[in-house]
Amino acid sequence: MGGSASLLPRDALGEYQELTFLSKQEILLAYKRFSELLPKEERENACSRRVPKSHILTLPELRANPFQHRICHVFSTSEAGDDSMSFEDFLDMLSVFSDSATSDIKSHYAFRIFDFDDDGTLDKKDLEQLVNCLTGQGEESRLSSTEMEQLIQNILEESDIDKDGTINLSEFQHVVSRSPDFASSFKIIL
Amino acid sequence: MRGQTDTTGMGTDEERKGDFQQADIKYLSRWKKWKRSSSKSLKKILSEAKGVSSYLVLWRHDIHSIEGRFGTGIQSYFSFLRFLVLLNFIIFILMFSFVTLPIIISNYGIFNSTIAKISSKNIEYNCTIYEPSGNKGLVYFYTYLQDLLSGTGILEVTSLFYGYYTIDTVWISIMRYNLPLAYLLATFAYLALSLLWIIKRSVGGFKQNLVHDADPFQSYCNKVFAGWDFCITDPNAAQLKHRSLQYELQMDLEEERLKQKIADRTIKEKLRIYSLRIFINIIVIAVLSGCFYSIYRVTVFSQEKSNDISNLNFQASLLVQYLPSIVITLANFIGPQIFSFLIKFEDYLPAFEIILTLMRCVFLRLANIAVLLFSLWSQISDCAADKCEPCGYNYKLYPCWESDVGQEMYKLMIFDFIIILAFTLFMDFPRKLLVTHCSCKAIQWWGLQEFSISDSVLEIIYGQTICWIGTFFSPLLPAIATVKYFIIFYIKKISLIHTRKPADKPIRASSSNFFFLVVLLIGLILAFIPVGVSIASLVMFYFMALAGAHKRVVEQLREQLVLESRDKMFLIRKITEAQRHP
Repeated sequence: MGGSASLLPRDALGEYQELTFLSKQEILLAYKRFSELLPKEERENACSRRVPKSHILTLPELRANPFQHRICHVFSTSEAGDDSMSFEDFLDMLSVFSDSATSDIKSHYAFRIFDFDDDGTLDKKDLEQLVNCLTGQGEESRLSSTEMEQLIQNILEESDIDKDGTINLSEFQHVVSRSPDFASSFKIIL
Repeated sequence: MRGQTDTTGMGTDEERKGDFQQADIKYLSRWKKWKRSSSKSLKKILSEAKGVSSYLVLWRHDIHSIEGRFGTGIQSYFSFLRFLVLLNFIIFILMFSFVTLPIIISNYGIFNSTIAKISSKNIEYNCTIYEPSGNKGLVYFYTYLQDLLSGTGILEVTSLFYGYYTIDTVWISIMRYNLPLAYLLATFAYLALSLLWIIKRSVGGFKQNLVHDADPFQSYCNKVFAGWDFCITDPNAAQLKHRSLQYELQMDLEEERLKQKIADRTIKEKLRIYSLRIFINIIVIAVLSGCFYSIYRVTVFSQEKSNDISNLNFQASLLVQYLPSIVITLANFIGPQIFSFLIKFEDYLPAFEIILTLMRCVFLRLANIAVLLFSLWSQISDCAADKCEPCGYNYKLYPCWESDVGQEMYKLMIFDFIIILAFTLFMDFPRKLLVTHCSCKAIQWWGLQEFSISDSVLEIIYGQTICWIGTFFSPLLPAIATVKYFIIFYIKKISLIHTRKPADKPIRASSSNFFFLVVLLIGLILAFIPVGVSIASLVMFYFMALAGAHKRVVEQLREQLVLESRDKMFLIRKITEAQRHP
């Protein structure tokens, strides 16, 4: 722990503390875990490196998560579009999933993660993909098409206020604010 | 700080006020600092203590690994089992230290202790005769096995059964320890302790249940948008979560479809369904009555036959002794199969189907025990053939009826344990061997057995009810129950890991936990009844025996008066004769 603290510059630490919801220990732990994903020769300058997506997905916190690809895609700021993550992207992600993040931030990012086609609304296709992620990969773990229809109808009935067949950000945030389990389930702690 | 540069010493009024305020703030923050640091260190100490004490929790690692592999539903069964082991152990400590320990102390004369046996001067003599033979002389070796399995013979004279406790008071130095009172109070204590502990455990589950059911937002949006727990790191746990989410969504959708179907039913269909349900309930009542009647007849038969046991060989006598247990176990096994077959015709919602079948099974198991006790009671107070005038019960056949009831409970407990062992050894493991090594299609379709949580829980609740009832008549029974449940934990764990397949239908842990505690509470209340009736009848018998003794004393006095008056007449005759012939 002491070793990694000396590698992460103190003013950067302070800056990160101010910009994210994470505490000092959490940032240091994140730095340690991030540098472990890099090959040895690149660990000196971990702050400016990018870790490819395949390495990020080896983290235990993400490897069993059905939304792993979406998470990498949403938080990655890579211009090459390869979903690789820098240390700041990584911190961003942990900050949103931390205990102290506000419900608004969480629901905002949840919306982006669930929006599989990135069109700014959750339409039927997005909801279908979302449910399939929840029930698992494999033929026998998917819902039948009638069940899926019925489920999506019910979801839209409960959340689509303007009855346009899709859920936009404010409708999503409204529905999620009344959900008792959201805050405790939308959480990743290293 | 400002005061240091002020050379005049006093400074202005405002400066002084400022100084005072700053001093105040410094003083407050020091106090707050101290408070904060002390509360931090207190929290640290508490968390360290919690960490250490969590190592002392029994089977913490085992249950945690079971939860990771099989889900919270099965884990709740194993924590329930652990709870029963602890409860039985505490009850055993209670009974042992207040009832058996004083006798042991006095037997070895520790602390200068002496005893005073119960005096039988006031009570009808016949009611207090109790001479258990133990095993005198030369006996066959299998007699010991028979005694171990049925609680007779050498076991009957030990402190295991009620009949051993004939001591009235124990004098420890100068303190007087009233043993019968201690026995009674210890009985009330263990019943009250069990009640309080169960209520404490179920309060948590009740609150959760109430919140969940009252919340109409147990809806699809909550299940879909907040359904995935992002903290899951283990692939196995993730697999379980996927399955449980799939199951929950499918169940909810199916329930909605069925509700729609029910709402669309015509009057004719409703009539048909209701009459079918009434008919099936009549069949259920018939099945239950059949079980009760067979238990009654078998108990009466067994009691009659075991009272003249001398002309039976070893196996036959063991069979006769265990006949009630065998019939009860058969009824407990066949009944639920019949109920789960019948409920399909009644066309209820799936959630209600599960609850109704469980209720029927619970009723069957607990009522079987009640019928057994009732038939025992009818035998004990059967005054037709033999006299039971002075004592109120059949004292010729049952000189110590409390030990007899204790023996029946002992037999039930031993048999229950043997059956669980036998089922695991002779049904689970062979099935697993068959499925792994034989590639025949029919066997592969039959597959491994699922771990049925409700059946297993009802099994151990049944065993616990027997233990509660039996502890009054047999104070060391909780020790046997502790050992039994301890061994069952490992048996079930091994059987689960090696011979069972994971359930297709994951159960929600919190609501099932609460339900099982409620059923356990019902078992405890059922146990109150025989213990209460026994204590009440003990009091009644005591007064009857007292009255019997009184009656005899009165008759003796009358005889004495008659004799004395005869003596007086004789003396007066002699005197008049002497006077006539001087």
